[in-house]
Order: sequence, then structure tokens, then C-alpha cells
Amino acid sequence: MNVEERAGLERLRRGDDGRRIRVVIAKPGLDGHDRGAKVIARALRDAGMEVIYTGLRQTPELIATAALQEDADVIGLSILSGAHLPVCERLMTLLREQGLDDVLVVVGGIIPAQDIARLEALGVRGIFLPGTPMSAIVDHIRTHVRPAI
Amino acid sequence: MTTAAPRRVRPSLSERELAPVYRPDDADGTAYDTHLADPGRYPYTRGIHATGYRGKLWTMRQFAGFGTAADTNARYRELLAAGGTGLSVAFDLPTLMGRDPDHPLSLGEVGKCGVSIVTLADMEALFEGIDLGAVTTSMTINSPAPMLLAMYLVVAERQGVLWSQLSGTIQNDILKEYIAQKEYIYPPRPSMRLVVDVFRFCAEQVPRWNTISVSGYHIREAGATAAQELAFTLRDGIEYVQWGLDAGLPIDTFVPRLSFFFNAHSDFFEEIAKYRAARRIWARTMRERFGATSERACMLRFHTQTAGVSLTAQQPYNNVVRTTLQALAGVLGGTNSLHTNSLDEALALPTTEAATLALRTQQIIAHESGVTAVTDPLGGSYFVEALTDRIEAEAMAYIERIDRLGGMVAAIEQAYPQREIADSAYRDQRAVEQGERLVVGVNAFTSDDDSAPPILYIDDSVAETQLTQLERIKTTRDAGAVASALAAMRESARHDGPMMEPILDAVRAYATVGEMCDALRDVWGEYQERAEI
Repeated sequence: MNVEERAGLERLRRGDDGRRIRVVIAKPGLDGHDRGAKVIARALRDAGMEVIYTGLRQTPELIATAALQEDADVIGLSILSGAHLPVCERLMTLLREQGLDDVLVVVGGIIPAQDIARLEALGVRGIFLPGTPMSAIVDHIRTHVRPAI
Repeated sequence: MTTAAPRRVRPSLSERELAPVYRPDDADGTAYDTHLADPGRYPYTRGIHATGYRGKLWTMRQFAGFGTAADTNARYRELLAAGGTGLSVAFDLPTLMGRDPDHPLSLGEVGKCGVSIVTLADMEALFEGIDLGAVTTSMTINSPAPMLLAMYLVVAERQGVLWSQLSGTIQNDILKEYIAQKEYIYPPRPSMRLVVDVFRFCAEQVPRWNTISVSGYHIREAGATAAQELAFTLRDGIEYVQWGLDAGLPIDTFVPRLSFFFNAHSDFFEEIAKYRAARRIWARTMRERFGATSERACMLRFHTQTAGVSLTAQQPYNNVVRTTLQALAGVLGGTNSLHTNSLDEALALPTTEAATLALRTQQIIAHESGVTAVTDPLGGSYFVEALTDRIEAEAMAYIERIDRLGGMVAAIEQAYPQREIADSAYRDQRAVEQGERLVVGVNAFTSDDDSAPPILYIDDSVAETQLTQLERIKTTRDAGAVASALAAMRESARHDGPMMEPILDAVRAYATVGEMCDALRDVWGEYQERAEI
């Protein structure tokens, strides 16, 4: 067990986190560049969260279903291909339809500056560009995840 | 406000310990002629051409593609007019994955990461006004490589250019897709049959075509170390040679058409050593392991691209400097072809201005720096020779390990290279976060003012254009001819027959990339990797 895993376990023992935060990490669309998705999945796991990695080529439908089945608190999307607007628009609609409005949706990847406000307007609450430290993403999730946790 | 750098902990990108200075006894002392040899002589450590860049400069080949075929055609004409010497096609994700623009998974992807090619009509528009007999073209396509190569051949045919005059490269490297980039369609074994069928067809009919670009680039971008990049790439090469031989192809006919593609990352000397080691390992492997007799079969020719993963969104103009150093490493390592990344590529696909500056970077190295005058100018450096020996030994240890696993297809099925790369990627990210590895503008010398350059923005209108065109083609083409060509593809796939010939017929009938790939999905199914982190 490494330092971060031990620290995560320690927090759990203290009950700071209540139950572990459950995160679905997904790669929507056709892109296969999964370095970022895998690195962040490991980092969140090492920070004590329960991480479900969907693997590649997920449609918004599959991601919403995974979030429902896994009782996810957070959905993290890794998108480098430029498909972020249509994908997030569809996903947010599906989440609303399934009563999953309170799931925190965050996106990491290559997102042009002009699209950030549009993603936020769709309900994405956390957009992480290249170079964001993993610790910043962990902190963001802890701060913004739904209060029931 | 800027922050000062923490004290430097690791002196180089790799985790290898380096001595502060190197001496004559640090490098392998074996005879010059067998270990290094003059450029142009086996084992080609110092280069494959006796005259180096005095004889022929590297090809300045800038990878480009976006939007519709007409959009990309305009960029190609600009690059050629600016002094680019070869074309390199970037396809969009639906094309790379063998999906038409109307497939649900193509949502938001059409024309975004590259040019959208659906039928022969798009390929004709892509090369409109460009003489295929006069340029060399590289096409970055893997799972649907035979389909896109067939389209190129038919465009040449219609321009009146003989296939025997065509020169260029098709990436066609499926193994690194399973290992790193993950743009695969079929399971590994039928995919390998497709690759080998391209070797066969081109040996017979397109003899100057490079039938594969065995790629370490994507392996490195996914997180591999330099030694892993070198080892996995060369072991992929060995796998292709073995499959070609098993299919009955004579070694000296198809191996000389294999080409390679490496990354140029930021650790300057390590990269130079990597290219030198690559040539030596390949030459010795072809001669000693496979008994190749022709010199050309032992010569490793390679393209280089600077490291996209090293580019930062923060202080993006710094990327010009990174790319320059990386490109110089490629040149000092004797690359045969080079792509330099644009400064804005951590933000978007490059603008025309950024792409031109990237090309200018190569031209300044080539024509102003003087480094092209002497071949392998670092040969004989105590340090560079020691590092070349060291990285060669590290790569050979990996290659032997993969041999023991039963070869690369077997290793992939056991997820061995995938795990090695994911582990390296995570170690590297932690090294950056802990300040062990410094990235200027990211974890050192940061600034609040990361003023961004203008970017190329591709909206979703390309999808509309492509969907309309697809409708039109489907109503005007001969539906019977398409159906029978696709049936012939399925039939040949089922009976282990030749693939390029029925694919050419399907292309001529204006079958779509999605339809052709689906025909083979019907027979071979799709590959699903186990999702593990």
C-alpha cells in the first residue's frame, strides 16, 4: 500500500468521508487515447474513492446506465476528440430523465476556451484542462460532490 | 505573479541513473566495424545512408487533416506551397474506426480530429489538383488500412498514375493499437491477416509503397519510457516479419518495405541513443534471427514526430522551444522523415499559422544550423555510445521477455505491454505532481497570464455536410454492385483468401468505409479489451 492509499484508508477509518465516493470514469465516443482516463482513475482510487472505469467507446446512454447501476456520485468524462458538446448535451438530458440530476459531472481533456461556458450551461461542474494536477481534481470532487455523502 | 522552481531532483526524463561524466571505458569497446561501422554500413548504428543528409535531407512531412476533404485539400496545397515535401493524412475518428458519419458512436466526431473520408468521392476531393505521381503520401490509418489504401490506388488510377510509380506509406500497424492507441476493430489474429495481405499485394503491385509504419510514437505518448517504446516497437516489427514469413512471403521482398515511426521526446541524448540503438537492433535481428541477406532488409528507416504529450496548454509559446529541441534530437539521430508539432496542439488542432511555424522550425534546422553537414555527429561521444549500448540492452531484455510470453500477439492477449505502459504513465504523472520532474509553466515557473493563441475551431457542420453527401451517394451508386462487392469481401475473409482485390472492387463501387468494415465485422467480430486500471 502506498502513502496515498494509506492516507485514504485512514480518512475512511476516521469516517471523514462517510461511505466512499463512487466515481464512474468513462471515455465517450470513438477515441482510444486512454492515458488520462487511466491515470485519473488510479489517482481517485488512491485517494480513497471507489472507481468504476467503463472502458472505451461508451455512448451517453451506456454512461448514464452505468451511473444508475453503480449508484455513482460522480461521472468523470475524458474527451480529447472535440466531441464534448454533443456528448455532454445528450448525457445531461439522459441524467435528468433518469432523475440523476444530482450526480456531479466533470470533464477532463482538450476543451477550447469558448466551449467552457457552454459546458457549464449544460450542467457540467468541473472542467479540467491539460496540466491540471490530480490533487486539484480530487479536491474539486470532494468539495462539489452531493451533500448526502 | 510567477513562482520560483523547486530544486531539481531528477536530471532527465528517464529514471535511469546517469554518471556526471563519461569516459572511454564506459562504452562497449568492441571493434568499430562490427558495433558502429561507418554510415551506410551494417549494423547501421550511425545511419543507413553513407552520405547522410548531404545526399538527401529528411522529408518534411507535416501530419494534417480536419473537416471535409475540401478543407484538408486546401491545407495540403498551402503546405506544399510553403515548401513541405510530403503529405501526411490525418483521418477523423469515424474513419479510423470504420464507422460512417450516421453511426451513433460518430456523434460529435465527424471531421474533428482529422478529415472525414466516407467513400471514394471524398478521397478524390482530398487529392484534387495534387499529382499523386509527384508527391509521397503517408496515411495514418490502421484497422481500415486496406480500404483507404485501395481508395488511394483508385484515385491514382483515375489520375492516370501507374501504381508502380506511387510512393508513400500506410501506417497499417495494428499491434500498437491494441498496445496503446486503441483504435482497433477486429481481434488481433484476423487483423494480422489483413496487415500481411497488404504486404503481399504491394510487393506484387505497388513495389515502392511502404506497407507499414511500425509505430512507437503512440506507445510513447500513452506513457511508455524510451526503452519500452523501442522494445515494443521493434518486437512488433519482429511479429510482422514472422507473420509475413509464415504466410509464405520471401523475406527480402517484403521486409525492405517495412518502415518505422518513433517519438522525439524531451530527453535529448536519450532520444538520439534510442534511434541509433533501433538501427543496430533491427539490422542484427534481421540478419541473425531471420537470415535476411539483402542490405535493404536490414536497414531501419524511420519517421519521427515530436512529442505531442510534452506540449503544455500553459504558456503555449514555450512549445515552440520544446519542439525545436525534440526535432534536433530526431535529426542528430538520423531520422529519414520528420513531423514537428505546432505550438497550439495542447489546445486544439493547429491553425495554418501554427502549422507553418512548425514547418519553419524544420527548415531552420535544415538550412541554418549546419547540423546536416556531418553524418552522426555524436558518434564516438563516450556518453552517447554508452547510452546507446544501455538502451539497447534494456530494449533487448524486454524483447526477450515478450519472446518468452509467446510473441507480441500473445503478450497483447495477456495485456502485458498495456500494463507496463499504464504503470509508466502513472509513475510519470506522480513524478510531475511531486515536483520530481519539472515542466516549465506547469509545476515550475508558472504564471497567471497564460495568454492563449487563436485556435482552429471545428464546429459540427461537417457532420451535416457529410451526412447529406452520404445520402446522395447512396441514391446514385449501383446498389447491386455494392452488395456483391461486399459479399465477395465476406467470402474471401471466411476462406482465408486475398483481401485487397475484393476491397478494391468495393471501393470502385463507392461502398462506404463503414460498409466495408462491417462486412468484415460480420465474419471476424469486434475486439473488446478488458477495461482495467
